[in-house]
Amino acid sequence: MWVLLAIAVVVVGFALRINSMLVVTAAGIVAGLIGGLSPVKILDAFGDGFAGSRSVTVFIVTLPVIGLIERYGLQHQARKLISKLKVLTTGRLLAIYLLIRQGTAALGLTSIGGPAQAVRPLIQPMAAGAAERRYGKLPEKVQEKIKGFAASADTVGLFFGEDIFVAIGSILLITGFVDATYGLHLEAIDIALWAIPTGICALLIHGTRLLLLDRQLDKLAAESKAAEKEAAR
Amino acid sequence: MIKVEWFYWLCGIFFVLIALQVLNDRSNPKRIGSAAFWGILGLSFGYGTFVVNKQAPAWLLGIAVIGLAVLAGTGFPGKGEERTTTPAERVRLADRFGNKLFLPALVIPVVAAIFGAWLAKVKLGDGKLLLQSGSATIIGLGVASILALVVGMGLLRPKNPAVPLHEGRRLLEHIGWAAILPQMLATLGLLFNASGVGKAVGRVTDHLIPKGSLIAAVALYCIGMAVFTIIMGNAFAAFPVMTAAVGWPLLVEQFDGTPAVVFAVGMLAGFCGTLCTPMAANFNLVPAALLEMKDQYGPIKAQIPTAVPLLACNILIMYAFAF
Repeated sequence: MWVLLAIAVVVVGFALRINSMLVVTAAGIVAGLIGGLSPVKILDAFGDGFAGSRSVTVFIVTLPVIGLIERYGLQHQARKLISKLKVLTTGRLLAIYLLIRQGTAALGLTSIGGPAQAVRPLIQPMAAGAAERRYGKLPEKVQEKIKGFAASADTVGLFFGEDIFVAIGSILLITGFVDATYGLHLEAIDIALWAIPTGICALLIHGTRLLLLDRQLDKLAAESKAAEKEAAR
Repeated sequence: MIKVEWFYWLCGIFFVLIALQVLNDRSNPKRIGSAAFWGILGLSFGYGTFVVNKQAPAWLLGIAVIGLAVLAGTGFPGKGEERTTTPAERVRLADRFGNKLFLPALVIPVVAAIFGAWLAKVKLGDGKLLLQSGSATIIGLGVASILALVVGMGLLRPKNPAVPLHEGRRLLEHIGWAAILPQMLATLGLLFNASGVGKAVGRVTDHLIPKGSLIAAVALYCIGMAVFTIIMGNAFAAFPVMTAAVGWPLLVEQFDGTPAVVFAVGMLAGFCGTLCTPMAANFNLVPAALLEMKDQYGPIKAQIPTAVPLLACNILIMYAFAF
């Protein structure tokens, strides 16, 4: 039971806002020591884990080309393009992106989109451009809100789309674990089909919130404009 | 066969080149420690190949990893001066290149999708797969980035061929150590498993289950998946634990639930937890860093109001369809 202390290290560390890398490392060492691993075994686990999970860091290979096109005015062009499409408000644009992201993920195309590949170079500048057309120069609060929701559209779409696709890690993990542990013979397609109801709920809930975002932005923009006037007085 | 390790080496080389640039960047007040951070990271990507193949001791990499954590904890890597185009220059350049600027950006998802959806299934003459099994997405992303860079360089023709590297460094310095936090968390999951944290949590939830109530058991499984995912940052780590504790013995064996529904929806309940936690760094903290947000929890704040009702939906879906 004492090994649960390692979880406490994570929770307390994050609550105290200690550097996450240190918290995670300390929790790993605590877990290993209480769990009776030798120091060499703990180091081995760190090494094996780090080498085995390099795939999550591969997104960095896109950075040079994205930096390059940013240097040549990509974000400005994205704003210009979107400002011609008057019906596309920030909320509608993000809702459309959510739909596309979830739909393509459900077909197994999980690498369409992603924060580095799509949100930073295209989606966020377009969403900001749509807002700029409406409010002029954006107050920081509005900018932050748009960034947060742009990231969320990508993540929600990915999570609740990919599980509808058969050959995805989480489904293979379910069937692999359950078949091996309990002697079942689950078909991946059955798991995938039962991901559809939740997928629809996710699209409805988050899609609605994205469409309502426009009103929130209206309010935020009006508030900060009023605050500006107040400050100027 | 195209091997995924080639692309890990590509990442490693990128990090090492960044390290060399940082070392030469007089405007960076922390250049030595920052260069050490990126350099060690780059070498660990290459060394990782031999660890995965069991050709080299893992503990050596373990020491390097803890070294990276200490560097991150003591304020490295730091940022140098940003040398890129000014906003005014960007407006002028955007007017000049127009929508052609989107071309390199679109090459990435299109090529990656071609690899994931089609080339992943292509076999060579000797019956082996063209792409290493299970790695088509990563290989696709690597190839797509190279192609996009070729297209971008051909289109924009920067005077200095090192421009993409400089711009890549600019973005990487914005992300900082958060770039490798997801990898650290995956490592933590491994250590937790090896130390028996999963079993201990199973024993605790065992005491929480009210006898005979189906809805309580369903709710405990779903909420347990979400909560444990919030702590671990990963629904995959929560799944075996909660399934061994509640999902299998109670929901499937005792209440006779349909396994496919119970497990599919249980995993999705875990995903609701992923939306709410800084521990799922690659989905929450990294986007915040990439978008240069002031509030690193901004994406989480946008997601919690979706995650909570969605968790309730999962409980209802499982209750309605699994029994």
